Amino acid sequence: MTLELSRADRARLGGEGGPGVARAMRILVAAAEAMGATRLLDITRAHLDGCLYHGRASLDFVERLVAEGARVLVPTTLNVGSLDLLHPELVRLDPATAEAARRLMDAYVALGARPTWTCAPYLLEDRPALGEQVAWAESNAIVFANSVLGARTERYGDFLDACCAVTGRAPAVGLHTDEGRRARLLVRVRGVPEPLARSTAGLAALGHLLGRAAGHEVPVVDGLPTALGEDGLKALGAAAASSGAVGLVHVVGSTPEAPSVEAALGGRPPLRELSIGPAELRRARDELSTAGDGRIGAVSLGTPHASERELDRILELARHVGSLAVPCFVNTGRSTLARLEADGRAGALRSAGITVVTDTCTYVTPILQGIEQPVMTDSAKWAWYAPGNLGVRVVFGTTEECLRSAAAGRAWRDEALWGTA
Amino acid sequence: MRLLAARCLAEGEAAGPALALAEPLSLWGGLDPSSGVVIDEHHPQRGAVVTGRILVMRSGRGSSSSSSVLAEAVRVGTAPAAIVLHEADAIVAIGAIVARELYGSALPVVALEEPEAYAAASAAERLAVRAAMGTATVVIDGAAGG
Repeated sequence: MTLELSRADRARLGGEGGPGVARAMRILVAAAEAMGATRLLDITRAHLDGCLYHGRASLDFVERLVAEGARVLVPTTLNVGSLDLLHPELVRLDPATAEAARRLMDAYVALGARPTWTCAPYLLEDRPALGEQVAWAESNAIVFANSVLGARTERYGDFLDACCAVTGRAPAVGLHTDEGRRARLLVRVRGVPEPLARSTAGLAALGHLLGRAAGHEVPVVDGLPTALGEDGLKALGAAAASSGAVGLVHVVGSTPEAPSVEAALGGRPPLRELSIGPAELRRARDELSTAGDGRIGAVSLGTPHASERELDRILELARHVGSLAVPCFVNTGRSTLARLEADGRAGALRSAGITVVTDTCTYVTPILQGIEQPVMTDSAKWAWYAPGNLGVRVVFGTTEECLRSAAAGRAWRDEALWGTA
Repeated sequence: MRLLAARCLAEGEAAGPALALAEPLSLWGGLDPSSGVVIDEHHPQRGAVVTGRILVMRSGRGSSSSSSVLAEAVRVGTAPAAIVLHEADAIVAIGAIVARELYGSALPVVALEEPEAYAAASAAERLAVRAAMGTATVVIDGAAGG
């Protein structure tokens, strides 16, 4: 099994597009061989995850490409950086790191990508269509593009995403192919009451279990209410892509390639089956919490970046619960925030005591500082990564539980929703 | 000594003491590249040091930022000497491929896709990895010092 390159691929490899393109092509070819690809395919767009500062290597890579003349060949969006460029006072990085982080973000713009700075590029107006071949990075964006939009992307990471954007090519393997998109793991959801099954936190808890069980097999979930909203599917996918290497989740009755279990399985029996009920969801909720139900020090919402609907819901809840006893943060994309700024909802959120963060996220950069008590979140992804990244303890719950807890200053549980242990 | 056929994901050669992880580790959020220490709160081997070890783990996990963390660990000098996986993982491979492009230092990454071979490697104390495109081997070396 060898990788066959097109004439144009070989020309790029040979330096026709300049040394930066040749370097990107060299990395793409080595990666394609590692992935077992026999050919490359054309992509129509890319989403790059390399703008979060992980150290000097991040910067060395993209500055080398830019200096060598490489530019993106397809429309390209950018994931979060380590800075909130609209609200710089929120991020307390040391000046040297902040400068390097800014340099990194600038370098990706110099590469020709749009400064969207969001982990939820699927919330932007122009998004990939069913069947479109793209190269997306950022685990939650990948799973959303594949599952909810039915676009086709492998699980790209930093570096390879940029190499695809610069060459307009990607390895024709895995989730780009019909075969790679067939479900192998059948997950039956049984006995979960509809309010929990439709709540974003309930779906996030389910996603957490899916990621644990699936590794990087493609799962199909049966037994959920049909026509689930995009916010719920976003929470489910983000959780599955954090606890596991999941890049596609078929949800029968909600995602475009899963009109039925059989369709998602591609007419073959599943390799494995798994059953999940309310007791498992409750256990997942508790597993995602590293602190008990006592006092909390802050609330963090909007991981992945909150949609307009989610922000409306947060505003409604914040008004309902009254004044907040602890700091409450919500992360969102700058293009979403622009719509809320235009009609006064952003001001209303701030008046309700909520700090809006854009361009970055509260779990990847120092924003929540000096907070000793646990932080409550409605995001399984935040709950999964924040303890390691920030050294905080977390309580995971629904958006409503988070807002009520923010008002009370201690974790409040809707036990009726989650059921008894 | 036992020779296991592997699949090459990133080229290079290395030998050293093995560190077999009981669960997959997301390098991003799970490995501190400045120290080489496993910092994932959920990981049973939190606190282990990967530097210079032949890291054996079933698969990659989670965020696509793991490639950057691995490349940064190579740059700083805290990276494992090699990585042996069971399931091929592009995110891990790319970190190593880019590190070689940028810094010229090879961190071989291979996949032992045979369950029995992977089980044998994860029980070994010392391993040697030789990986080139098309051919790769993992050598289990029982003798101290290899």
